[in-house]
Amino acid sequence: MSGADIHRAIEAVWRIEAARVIAGLARIVRDLDLAEDLAQEALVVALEKWPVSGIPPKPGAWLMATAKYRALDHFRAAERSGRKHEELSRELIERERLPPDLVSAVDDPIGDDVLRLIFISCHPVLPTESRAALTLRVVGGLTTDEIARAFLVPEPTIAQRIVRAKKTLSQKRIPFEVPRGLDLAARLSSVLEVIYLIFNEGYSATSGGELIRASLCEEALRLGRILAELDAREPEVHGLVALMEIQASRSRARVNATGEPILLLEQNRALWDQLLIRRGLAALERGSSLTSFRGPYLLQAEIAACHARALTAEATDWGRIVQLYTELARVTPSPIVDLNRAVAVSMHAGPEEALRLLDPLLSEPLMKNYHLLPSVRGDLLARLSRHAEAAAEFERAASLTCNAREQTLLLERALVNANAAARVSEH
Amino acid sequence: MRFMVIVKATKESEAGGPPDPQIMEAMGKFNEELVKAGVMLAGEGLRASSKGARVRFSGNTRTVIDGPFAETKELIAGFWLWQVRSKEEAIEWVKRCPAPFNGESEIEIRQVYEMEDLAPAMSEELRASEERLRAQLASK
Repeated sequence: MSGADIHRAIEAVWRIEAARVIAGLARIVRDLDLAEDLAQEALVVALEKWPVSGIPPKPGAWLMATAKYRALDHFRAAERSGRKHEELSRELIERERLPPDLVSAVDDPIGDDVLRLIFISCHPVLPTESRAALTLRVVGGLTTDEIARAFLVPEPTIAQRIVRAKKTLSQKRIPFEVPRGLDLAARLSSVLEVIYLIFNEGYSATSGGELIRASLCEEALRLGRILAELDAREPEVHGLVALMEIQASRSRARVNATGEPILLLEQNRALWDQLLIRRGLAALERGSSLTSFRGPYLLQAEIAACHARALTAEATDWGRIVQLYTELARVTPSPIVDLNRAVAVSMHAGPEEALRLLDPLLSEPLMKNYHLLPSVRGDLLARLSRHAEAAAEFERAASLTCNAREQTLLLERALVNANAAARVSEH
Repeated sequence: MRFMVIVKATKESEAGGPPDPQIMEAMGKFNEELVKAGVMLAGEGLRASSKGARVRFSGNTRTVIDGPFAETKELIAGFWLWQVRSKEEAIEWVKRCPAPFNGESEIEIRQVYEMEDLAPAMSEELRASEERLRAQLASK
């Protein structure tokens, strides 16, 4: 194996093992920063030794054992120097000089360690972009450089975010536990938010030219699937996975050969990935069977499933979609949900009724700079042959979007409607 | 990235007898690991070629040939579809797979084409016409 080959192979091992190693260490040393440092030290040793000795048959166990020995060295050095090592948890030092049975500490067979790690790396005390970066690093095993390239952000920025995040977790003494009781809902919601943020970052860039950065979608899907196995009793986890699988199923149909976005109803459904749709529907079934109260992710997944099940756009069950949006509006009231509901109503009952539903949104402060509101209004007005008004709405929408491709699409629609209005006024 | 991971057939798999329960159990655990890692997309075992058929394409002729097929090394016994970040990761997972058969066997790894691989390169005319359209819209 060449030097570059073995390096890539070791990177692959790291991506598979990182979360379990870091999580197991964090349980023992009770500090994520120290745990990650120890894990990284073990990786450095692996990068030195494995090109010579070959990759061991149980590389995860090897990394874990190496990291534990490093941990022992840290504790012994702290003890020898007679002063409290600031990275060690205070309790640990007060209780005993060395954690007992450090080397033989039982490795976690159930996976609770990784679950704890996910809850920590997604802790709401951290800003969302820090949670995303930290999670991709310690749970996903991505390098700082990979994360930076995926988010189109300079590497030092990501490095700083991760460093500051770990410091915050240390300083605030965030306990390394799976949250329970009343705390659980909020903490879980924070985790799902991070995973979905990563997915959306990949699914549609908020600025710049390209709509899809596939690898982030894959990362988010993978994190979601891992979480669904670790915490199988949570319906919203399955809801999120279902939503992501179904949305990802459309990725080949969303963008045309020149990179322009294609609206859902105009997509070539033969390009929808049936494997992902099947997985999404299965996850949806799994989540729905656990509860009679559907949360926001399950509801959004149900809506996505309505589209996924329709063989053609005309076959879409809009009545059901309207009902689901009504339920969603009750669970998470928001002008964006109202907007989407109005679109569904326009398909089910006609553009006139939908336009009326949009009126209260016009004075909604959150909607002031949201390009989809004028975009939807423009569409409804065009369908009512109110072309001049439609053109104005599309131009307004184009001015509000940061995405170059979407802007092109909107300006095209403005042009088409302006021409139609001109033709009408000529008669 | 996606990979199809193919378990090549052996005389054992072509014999069509019941699978070795120890191997089944080990495979079951391995499949669980793949699911827990978020890597598993799909996976199936295939019945022996005696239950299968082939359709040969030659010009406009189509010929149907029933199994079994003699050349075991041309056959497959099962497959997975995995989502991983690199071919190296796929290889690493395959190394962790329990031996699929009691004798010697082989597992092949093939990358799935993604949309970007298949999209036609933009022709010069197409690029030029896109530039013109943008210029038109920009001047409005």
